Amino acid sequence: MTALTVSGLCKSFGGLHVTTDVNLNVEPGERRLIIGPNGAGKTTLFNLITGELTPDAGTIKLFGQDITRVPSRRRPHLGMARTYQIITLFARDTIIHNVTLALMGLSPSRWNPLIDLKRQGHFVEHAQAALERVGLGHIANRPLSQTSYGERRRVEIAMALTQNPKVLLLDEPFAGLSIDERRDVKELLLAIPRDVTIVMIEHNMDVALEFAERITLLHFGEVIVEGNRAEVVANPRTREVYLGH
Amino acid sequence: MSGRFLALGIALVALATLPYWMTGIYYINVASQILFYAIFALGLNVLVGYAGLVSLGHAGLFGVTAYAVGYFLQLGFGHPFAILAALVISMVSMAIYAVLSLRSTGIGFIMITLVLGEILWGLAYRWISLTGGDNGLSLQTRPAPFGFSLSDVNTFYYATLIIFLLSIGAVAIFVRSPLGAALMGTRDQPRRMNALGYHVWAIRFYACLFSGLLTSVSAILFVYYTQFISPQTLSLTSSAEVLLMVISGGAGTLLGPIVGAGLVVIVKTVVSGFIERWNFLLGAIFVAIVILMPEGLVPGTARLWRLAWRKRERSAKSVPGSAEAKP
Repeated sequence: MTALTVSGLCKSFGGLHVTTDVNLNVEPGERRLIIGPNGAGKTTLFNLITGELTPDAGTIKLFGQDITRVPSRRRPHLGMARTYQIITLFARDTIIHNVTLALMGLSPSRWNPLIDLKRQGHFVEHAQAALERVGLGHIANRPLSQTSYGERRRVEIAMALTQNPKVLLLDEPFAGLSIDERRDVKELLLAIPRDVTIVMIEHNMDVALEFAERITLLHFGEVIVEGNRAEVVANPRTREVYLGH
Repeated sequence: MSGRFLALGIALVALATLPYWMTGIYYINVASQILFYAIFALGLNVLVGYAGLVSLGHAGLFGVTAYAVGYFLQLGFGHPFAILAALVISMVSMAIYAVLSLRSTGIGFIMITLVLGEILWGLAYRWISLTGGDNGLSLQTRPAPFGFSLSDVNTFYYATLIIFLLSIGAVAIFVRSPLGAALMGTRDQPRRMNALGYHVWAIRFYACLFSGLLTSVSAILFVYYTQFISPQTLSLTSSAEVLLMVISGGAGTLLGPIVGAGLVVIVKTVVSGFIERWNFLLGAIFVAIVILMPEGLVPGTARLWRLAWRKRERSAKSVPGSAEAKP
């Protein structure tokens, strides 16, 4: 059974076809890279997979279950987590509170108006563990507004990881990072166990190629090339639309 | 931390003993008014401060409760029934109000709540068979729970104080709870909250109900206090006044709405006795708050306090250093 199956997915905004008949089959444990020039529809594809946008046609399956009509808020409960290209965090709160919100999102106690959140030890422990995992354990109680861009990227990843996803969608996790930070994030991603399937959008080819096993090249909303690393890099169409000569 | 507990303790003792040191029935009544308007402001603050949803129609809901109490009493029902029925009607109204206005956020939410508030005001004005129109409804008596007649000024004050403390306790528990944290999350990053598995709409809906409950509790106290309800209470001016209480005191803080309620009620009732143009004074105070402490009186004062404290500490440290450097 495939982890994530996308078949015949279409989406237009008015006359603009941003996703045209996209098919994807991502195997469990696979590391899939999605590349393409600006405006190729990569983030739109993510928004369709996570349900933030409704497709005009096509189906999305998560481990065989058709989730095309499942509201986006239910999808994390089925094992899907994502990060955003544009950092979307809770700037007024501490780092650990950001991660706690991610944990709480999947817990029934998120509806509880009577207990004291700060006294829920299991949330604190799990959030702290997630931050240790991304190397931010020592600054867990720092307000998010006092963190660097690279740290925020890692908070994004910690929030996704702490939800124990089966399928993790990473939207440009290396964007805007320094060389050192890129190395840290790469190590962090390489350390994610194989029971997590990862689909990643990335422009930074040095780090991304090292990470991915299969690559999908999107151009004007269509899948142009798909295959393993060597096949895609060697394909003349990749050179034409993406890598340049 | 202990300083905060000390301040809270002093405030509690001051409130509990108010009828003993405050001279004059008039001022005890003003204190009662501050307390039930503070409950109203606490209720609006759940939406404005914690949910990031600015409602300009809360006076309409406040009015629904007050009219319901007055109407059922006029029909000859007893106080307990009138209060319970008013609460039920208010919660149903709030649910409808929320379903209609939560179709939007931001400016859209403000406009829908404004319109709903105006519709309720119009109904109060025109549905004369139910509301008495411009003449309003009068209440003949106040209830006497457990044998304590609320017609007595001090008893009414204490009843209001108890309900006020329960209300602030409820809000304090709510904002520390997971649901409260989730609500503030939907205020700051609704899209992310949705992607994390939260039902953003439902969280906002529950916040509306909680806000509506506090609003109607304060409206019940109000209508028993004035023993009169007229369309004036539902006007846009009333909605704006409560919103100003929340914003001037500090939206999204626990004490802000209470301080704001105190400010507005004191200027409206006490200062207006000395200054004819009290509206102008209130306006000037708000302009000053917006310029000097845009975050509101409570967070603004806390900020100034911290600044002054740090300055004192720094000068205390630098004094021996500068003394050495000078000679």
